[in-house]
Amino acid sequence: MKTLIQKLTQTPGPSGFEQEIRKVICEEVSPLSKSVQVDTMGNLIVRVGQKSAGGLRVMIAAHMDEIGVIVSHVEKKGFVRFSNLGSYFPRYLAGSRVHFLNGTRGVINHDRPEDLSKIPGVEKFLIDVGATSDKDCPVKVGDVGVFDREFLDMGNRIASKALDDRISCAVLIETIRNIKSTPNELVFVFSTQEEVGSRGAQTAAYAIEADLGIALDVTPTGDILGVKMQTHLGDGPAIKVRDMGMISDPQVVNWMVAAAKKLKIKYQLEVLEVGTTDARSMQLVRAGMLAGALSIPCRYVHSPSEVVDMEDVALTVKLLTALLSERIQL
Amino acid sequence: MNKTSSPSFKISKTNLALLQRLSNASGISGDEGEIRAIIRQEITPYVDEIKVDAMGNLLALKHAKIKNPVKVLVASHMDEVGFMIVDDDGDGLFVFEVVGGVDARQLLAKMVTVGKEKLPGIIGAKPIHLLESGEIHDVVKTHAMRIDVGPANSSRVKVGDYAAFATRFHQNGTSITGKALDDRLGVAGLIELVRHVPENVEFMAAFTVQEEIGLRGARVAAFAFQPDFAIALDSTPAIDLPRPDGEENTQYNCRLGGGPAIYLADAGTLSDPRLVRFLTALAEKHGIPYQYRQPGGGGTDAGSLHKTGAGIPTISISVPGRYAHTAIMMAQIPDWENTLRLLIAALQNISREILAVDRS
Amino acid sequence: MTDITPFLLSLLDLPGLSGYEKPASEMIAKQWQPVVDEITTSTLGSLHGLRKAHGSTKAPRIMIATHMDAIGMMVTKIDQGMLRFTHVGGVDPRILPGQAVIVHGRRVLRGIVQLIPDRLLDSHSAGNAPDYKFLFVDVGLPEKEILKLVQPGDLISFAQNSFEMDGGYVAGHSLDNRASVAALTICLEELRNTELAWDVYAVATIKEEESGLGALTSAYAIRPDIAVTIDVTFAKGPGSTDYRTFPLGKGPSIGVGANIHPVLVSEFTKLAKEMDMPYGMEVMANSSGTDSMMMQITAEGIPNMVLGIPIRYMHTSVELVSVTDIYRTGKLLARFISQLKTDSAKTLFEKFANE
Repeated sequence: MKTLIQKLTQTPGPSGFEQEIRKVICEEVSPLSKSVQVDTMGNLIVRVGQKSAGGLRVMIAAHMDEIGVIVSHVEKKGFVRFSNLGSYFPRYLAGSRVHFLNGTRGVINHDRPEDLSKIPGVEKFLIDVGATSDKDCPVKVGDVGVFDREFLDMGNRIASKALDDRISCAVLIETIRNIKSTPNELVFVFSTQEEVGSRGAQTAAYAIEADLGIALDVTPTGDILGVKMQTHLGDGPAIKVRDMGMISDPQVVNWMVAAAKKLKIKYQLEVLEVGTTDARSMQLVRAGMLAGALSIPCRYVHSPSEVVDMEDVALTVKLLTALLSERIQL
Repeated sequence: MNKTSSPSFKISKTNLALLQRLSNASGISGDEGEIRAIIRQEITPYVDEIKVDAMGNLLALKHAKIKNPVKVLVASHMDEVGFMIVDDDGDGLFVFEVVGGVDARQLLAKMVTVGKEKLPGIIGAKPIHLLESGEIHDVVKTHAMRIDVGPANSSRVKVGDYAAFATRFHQNGTSITGKALDDRLGVAGLIELVRHVPENVEFMAAFTVQEEIGLRGARVAAFAFQPDFAIALDSTPAIDLPRPDGEENTQYNCRLGGGPAIYLADAGTLSDPRLVRFLTALAEKHGIPYQYRQPGGGGTDAGSLHKTGAGIPTISISVPGRYAHTAIMMAQIPDWENTLRLLIAALQNISREILAVDRS
Repeated sequence: MTDITPFLLSLLDLPGLSGYEKPASEMIAKQWQPVVDEITTSTLGSLHGLRKAHGSTKAPRIMIATHMDAIGMMVTKIDQGMLRFTHVGGVDPRILPGQAVIVHGRRVLRGIVQLIPDRLLDSHSAGNAPDYKFLFVDVGLPEKEILKLVQPGDLISFAQNSFEMDGGYVAGHSLDNRASVAALTICLEELRNTELAWDVYAVATIKEEESGLGALTSAYAIRPDIAVTIDVTFAKGPGSTDYRTFPLGKGPSIGVGANIHPVLVSEFTKLAKEMDMPYGMEVMANSSGTDSMMMQITAEGIPNMVLGIPIRYMHTSVELVSVTDIYRTGKLLARFISQLKTDSAKTLFEKFANE
């Protein structure tokens, strides 16, 4: 699975401009389903299974987009100014590298260090692509890019940029591979624009009209200083109780917990005090949809080197496969 | 006819007179009736159906004359930022709240008009002579300010009344000034656009409410119509001013005189790249000056429109304007004219073939 | 007219935090049974009570939303036997030290909220206003036992029991918004023997305190022609004296502002005057902060009104209401509904739509 994860994380796809990653995912899933479509917002929708008696239509979403940059200005001196696609922490920017979709690569730093004890805002940062003026700059206003950091195999754990949320895309692909049969109609959505507000999932949910929605995303862990959470790397998939945008339906939480217990796999319960996922958009669609989320514990979320545990990932695949392969009793 | 010359539309005295009327009228978010009445009067001869919905949006439909037409929605918001009277402090003085986003520093010593009667009101300021030491450096908060209609008019104002900046529209050569050019430029523009709809387009002109307080009207306007494309026509700040430190201004948003500002991304919407390419190609072909609004920040009705239902390919185009959300805005007539030329060309060329390729 | 106080007192003591409203839902359903024709639950758990219009033709619909969820806390972590927690809905942490709470774990446990003592904090954190970072719940059990009984995600509700004060006042921790549920119940009882021209959807919504999506999704399902929210508003009290506050016991507030349809403002004020009922005008320039914010922008848009029941000390364990105000609000709403005619959806808004 590491090869797949590496391929997915290293393919660029910032919010709103997911075409390259969509192509890669499409190549992986096309042999596995007769129904693969792209909708208005660029979501990739893969259908598996038929709804039989007692079955449900389930929407499972993992977002394809990653945080990135969009060029806002090219200075006379050739420096590139940018705005953010999705939210990230300015403290991760200085020294990072950027990979633009048109192939250009550059380095990020900032100018005018007025007060070195304070971290500047995004507008104070610049990208140096090696240009000497705005005449020879290989990027222009509107060009987009992602943070550049290669995949690192640390054995049981891996590090890369964009594990949020390519790791979940990998989980979805593996789950589709693993499912032998199901009484449910499964609609896997590789969604777009989650990082700017779960916009892809919102419109996809409207069109799909599922009975139940599950979002797969990463969640920060409490095993580094300052984060008051009970989620830890290596303690298994996290079943989301709530985050800042959504409270999972208790029935969905109980169903997931029961399945994890039946499989005798370790799991944890997640209460997140910052951020939200595609599950929020799914829950408030039309007359409402029961929804929940499974999270993969991840350190250093939205940094160029996020870290996950491979056993957590494998157990998430196992749990999701079991949840979707059986009759769902909520 | 030379195919590469720009479309022949020109801003006329009638357009300007209408813009003046709209700019001078009051339509604070939640109280857009006066604007609605003007729009209705102007467009009735040119559309097939007019409906005012539960929120006060004015939705005008112009039917196509062919089967299976392309459905296009263009939205401009009727509302402006302003004030609401919330408490009577006696003696002609009223406590107010700001409706929409207004920097409190813009309000001291300004004239407003209050209520349906448009009574003159003053947002005053403490005399400089009476300031405490250091007070001149404090930002005055709006809850410390009052709208003063004079002791004699106290009984003619009540809690719940709205107040607007009292600024009168003015033209000076190619420059126009007035309040609420955001988005009366769009409203007057959309009224004009309704006369240029070709026969193959099923057109909805959505004059929306409550854009300034959360893009709320637009959210319901598109729901029933379900267009193939949506365009938000608004005004966006031109912050192309010199920096005091002499360095290059890298955050100008857009430039006055640079033509219509096509949006790539703002805080609420990532424009459909197919529409960005479509409009850019049209502008180039017809020699219409245009610019890209700097990505990031801000928002238009597109933020609500593009997420409606199963999703609608959407883009925003704005007329550059200086000093938005203050008493006096400034814009350039050629920018307005070029915005309308681009939109007229867009309506003449738009088709579902644009959607034949994937979004990005 | 039955005495609403016993129902109110029982309802106030039930847990029913946002997302977990079932206990409250069940009690409300029982109370509504005799006064509605159908009771259903929405997909997400909002309670819908339908009182049908007279006759079988497709009648216009009015939806009244009163949220049944309450604010509280949720366990995030167990730290050497002490429970660390976060809020569900807006809870000012400064009211928490010394509060008795109930932890809803594998079994119900009583706990005390307290501050980490200053001497255990570094100097710049000591003495500061209480903050979630330094608050914890002590349930008085050994750590081993706690780990068996409590897990992250468990709910924590206020243990403060509701009680009556002389003169027709009730205090409790979820008057926001169970007072409004009581008012809606009174409205339904008032209409019990009246022939109605409109279908009335009484909806006890979920999750208002978190996201308002209970109201959004129920309104989408029901598609009413008019929607009314009853919520609590600020009563005058210590530190709360400006124009946003209303005297306790002097009637409900009628909302005005962008979220509220001007036609409904006229209608409700006219009726209140006819009924000789005291009321206040609640100006909400930008947002009403209630379920109506969601209902107004649902589907093709819905005209909304917001009625407020003044309470003191909102979002604390000791909210205070005048029961008379609850009756007034229920009766004002009943009056409005009873005079709706089959064509009111058109006639009420005709002038507005054609001006």
